Amino acid sequence: MTSTGCAIVGSAETEVGRALDRTGLDLKLDAATKAIRDAGLTKTQIDGVVAWQPRREPVPNHSAFVAEQLGIAPRYVADISLGGAACASTVVSAVAAIRAGLASTVLCLGGDGKSSVDGKGRRGRLASHRQDFRNPYGGEGAPILYGLMARRHMHEYGTTSEQLGAVAVACRRHASLNPNSQMRQPITIADHQASPMVVDPLRRLDCSLISDGAGAVVVTSAERARDLPHKVVHILGMATACRYGDVTYQASMTTSAAVEASRAAFGAAGITPEDVDLVELYDCFTHVVLIQIEDYGFCAKGESGSFVEGGRIEIGGQLPVNTHGGLLSQAHVGGMLHITEGVTQIRGDGGERQVENARIAVVSGQCGELGIHVTLVLGSERT
Amino acid sequence: MRRPPKPLPIVDHDTKAYWEGCLRGELLLQRCSACGAFRHPPSPMCSGCLSTEHEWVSAKGTGTVYSFVIVRRAFHPAWETDVPYVVAIVELDEGPHIMTNVTDIDPDQIEIGMAVQVWFDQASDAIALPKFRTRQGVTAC
Repeated sequence: MTSTGCAIVGSAETEVGRALDRTGLDLKLDAATKAIRDAGLTKTQIDGVVAWQPRREPVPNHSAFVAEQLGIAPRYVADISLGGAACASTVVSAVAAIRAGLASTVLCLGGDGKSSVDGKGRRGRLASHRQDFRNPYGGEGAPILYGLMARRHMHEYGTTSEQLGAVAVACRRHASLNPNSQMRQPITIADHQASPMVVDPLRRLDCSLISDGAGAVVVTSAERARDLPHKVVHILGMATACRYGDVTYQASMTTSAAVEASRAAFGAAGITPEDVDLVELYDCFTHVVLIQIEDYGFCAKGESGSFVEGGRIEIGGQLPVNTHGGLLSQAHVGGMLHITEGVTQIRGDGGERQVENARIAVVSGQCGELGIHVTLVLGSERT
Repeated sequence: MRRPPKPLPIVDHDTKAYWEGCLRGELLLQRCSACGAFRHPPSPMCSGCLSTEHEWVSAKGTGTVYSFVIVRRAFHPAWETDVPYVVAIVELDEGPHIMTNVTDIDPDQIEIGMAVQVWFDQASDAIALPKFRTRQGVTAC
């Protein structure tokens, strides 16, 4: 194995839930201060801040504003607005900045008060050229674009609604083992099948949650990490890839930039899919997990439907997926909690949901209906 | 409570000819003058050869359903009385994909590959939206 030379040394989550009545800023500062403390650092040792830019309620100069609130004057700041790819991209940006000498210790931050500040003002407003060709058809809403992909996957490969349900069931089981999750009541495939169609073929239980919450991690060099309190979580490899910004007009809706990102990240880390102990895959909808399982090479194209059946992606199975419960059942905090969970698993702090001998955890982020992808390979050792 | 109106496209320099065509009952596609590739939605440049020269060509207005969803819960209050309705991607015979509604059919009867034909829904004085309905007795694929 090889490494980027950087590691995650601090990690924290806030409480998560619906309508916590806390602002996004409050939640993010909570996560930030906890992550810095978890790293055994003081705030003045943070010289970089990279923040996820919330799409619904953008904050100008977001990362700088967070830094100001923390009372620090970092050398490096960056805001990243790539939707569900942004949280994983904060880590990519942190590693790049550290390796370029722009910073030594970077705070990466994501989350907001989404359900408390509903973004109602945006309804009916056409904000982009692409929306001129979508919203007049009632095409607004993530389940619509994603649903078109799910339909194609079912058409091309015979994937069934019950197979999508297996992803929802696995995530819910894992959330039931996670004290910090929004939905803890286990569900069955029958529950999934009984949940109403929202955007046919997607049922309510195929859709992720709306949540308030935040997460943060602190990234520094692997050398520096050895002097800090926690077991070192190395960033063994990482990569980004982009095929498109919007799936609507693409010739294929069933394969994605996850192909290029995962190949490059696995290559950088010197690993193959067989080496991976668990994955935290961005799961805004159940079928998005299926497409990633294929594109990452965990099974052949088109075979993810049968792959996820029979508990294979549950803890104790061949490839545990979303050990925290994911966006589907823990909370939708933009994907930052996929990263904090990867850290928890590699540290061995997962408690009831700990994967045995977890040495390599893969984390993904994606947006643009899988057109933009980020892969992080986290690991307990570096050779 | 009064429902807000359905959003309509904002006509700009890149899309003006397209929407004017729709008002006349013509579905226009841009064809790159340099490499001949069709494209949709309208854009200032060919993503293949980067030429900014193009002609507007009248499409046949026929194609097949590439994918579709049946929206059963409205995400926008203006569609609350429309559910269930179909949002589809239609593959035009010229090649490009177009997002649209497939109308005049029981949503549960729609299938991928179904042959469809354009019609124009006069949404306002300035805007007619190209929508599609099935071609009677014709099923491709």
